[in-house]
Amino acid sequence: MSGNMNINLKVWRQKNGKSQGKLVDYKVEGVSPDMSFLEMFDVLNDRLVSEGKDEPIAFDHDCREGICGMCSMYINGRPHGPNQGVTTCQLHMRSFKDGDTIVVEPWRAAAFPVIKDLAVDRSAFDRIIASGGFISVNTGNAQDANSLPIPKDNADEAFAAAACIGCGACVAACKNSSAMLFVSAKVSQLALLPQGDPERNTRVLNMVAQMDTEGFGACTNTGACSAECPKEISLTNIARLNREYFAAQLGSDRS
Amino acid sequence: MNWITKMFSSSLGQKLIMALTGLFLCSFLIIHMVGNLQLFKHDAGLAFNKYAVFMTTNPLIKTTSYLLYAAILFHAFKGIALVFQNKKARPVKYQAFDGKANSHWSSRNMGILGTIILVFIAVHMSNFWWQYKFGTVPYTRYTENIQTGEIQSDYMPDNFTMNSKMEEQSEGLMKVTIVKDLFRSVELGFKEIWLVALYIIAMAALSFHLYHGFKSAFQTMGLNHKKYNGAINFIGIGVFAILIPIGFAAMPLYFFIK
Repeated sequence: MSGNMNINLKVWRQKNGKSQGKLVDYKVEGVSPDMSFLEMFDVLNDRLVSEGKDEPIAFDHDCREGICGMCSMYINGRPHGPNQGVTTCQLHMRSFKDGDTIVVEPWRAAAFPVIKDLAVDRSAFDRIIASGGFISVNTGNAQDANSLPIPKDNADEAFAAAACIGCGACVAACKNSSAMLFVSAKVSQLALLPQGDPERNTRVLNMVAQMDTEGFGACTNTGACSAECPKEISLTNIARLNREYFAAQLGSDRS
Repeated sequence: MNWITKMFSSSLGQKLIMALTGLFLCSFLIIHMVGNLQLFKHDAGLAFNKYAVFMTTNPLIKTTSYLLYAAILFHAFKGIALVFQNKKARPVKYQAFDGKANSHWSSRNMGILGTIILVFIAVHMSNFWWQYKFGTVPYTRYTENIQTGEIQSDYMPDNFTMNSKMEEQSEGLMKVTIVKDLFRSVELGFKEIWLVALYIIAMAALSFHLYHGFKSAFQTMGLNHKKYNGAINFIGIGVFAILIPIGFAAMPLYFFIK
């Protein structure tokens, strides 16, 4: 087919969490520019399976429409590759040139151990959510929506924070592997709304404590997280997390 | 663990310490800059030497200066510890890392920039502060005509010493001041090209350190809002990343060329 590309891949291969990994070269020929990056990996895996010499490459993926946050490739030194505001499944081969060499690595963080090849264990995020990223609601009928006035600005900001899909690109991009953007988005979406108010102090204290326990690094405000976030979560959320945390430490009975 | 140790041992609390000590050091830079502008006065160093006496004898300033030394050490060693702590969060490095695509160079190299500044502070303080306090700085006698403002300066013999750093006497229209001549140490020191070079490199490092550090400190304290972000950026870049480093770098250059 005309216009198709040949791509040289360097992919991180690692049998399991305990073994040593290394970059392995693959040549993928006849790649359509309209393929997504993951579809290019499907083509390569099909070939690896039919050749039978090498195991297929393990990588995370699910919805393939940019909302689940599963696809987690670190492409040419950037999470989710060169484009702004997209996940790997929304990255298309037209963003590359014929003959390009592309290095693909897993997210790197002590808190995100490699399971196999490009798949990492992101359950540290689940444990942070479980420590406080929720609101407690009694069962029964929902009350009338208009009985809880919420300023439009707050609703918008909460919604923008809630767009976080927990993909971990912030951790992957940060030189300190800090999870601050993720935690700040989860704290913000609830702190901005009246439903989140009763548990606001315990929430922020527990989530920060869990974040530190998991072994994520500290935030040095480089802004790499927000620049690479597929949902473009703002750094103002990190400032809000700092405010919420110090307010809870200095102004509440809890610690 | 009580709440206060819990707060300051959390990752957020440790960053707060860095922010607060960092901003305290920034406030000192302004004072240091304004005071040292007297080096440019054409009075053979009389105003500067008087200022040095004031800075080392006034009890309020002395107290603040000990706080400052503590803040420098704390900010430096806490910062170095944090760099190593943060490195532990990524035990396996990336083979390809494109940092410039998503962040400014200075924000990723605060540890290195800070280390250059720390080395500079050690050299700077041993050259001037240590010499002034514990070494042998010679005295100079200034004879000032109150009416014309004319100043005549005479070096005292090298072995001359007295109990105080400064003595002032009035004889008619003449005001005589004998004072420890730190200005002469500055003049002599900045004839050394390697020292001037170190100062310029250190001020470049300071510029990049504060380009990121000043606004980062406000973010860490939770202060990030479009109402005042413009002002923080303006002061952080205009004053702390440009004016202050250029002003300090101009001092050794001025004496080197003079």
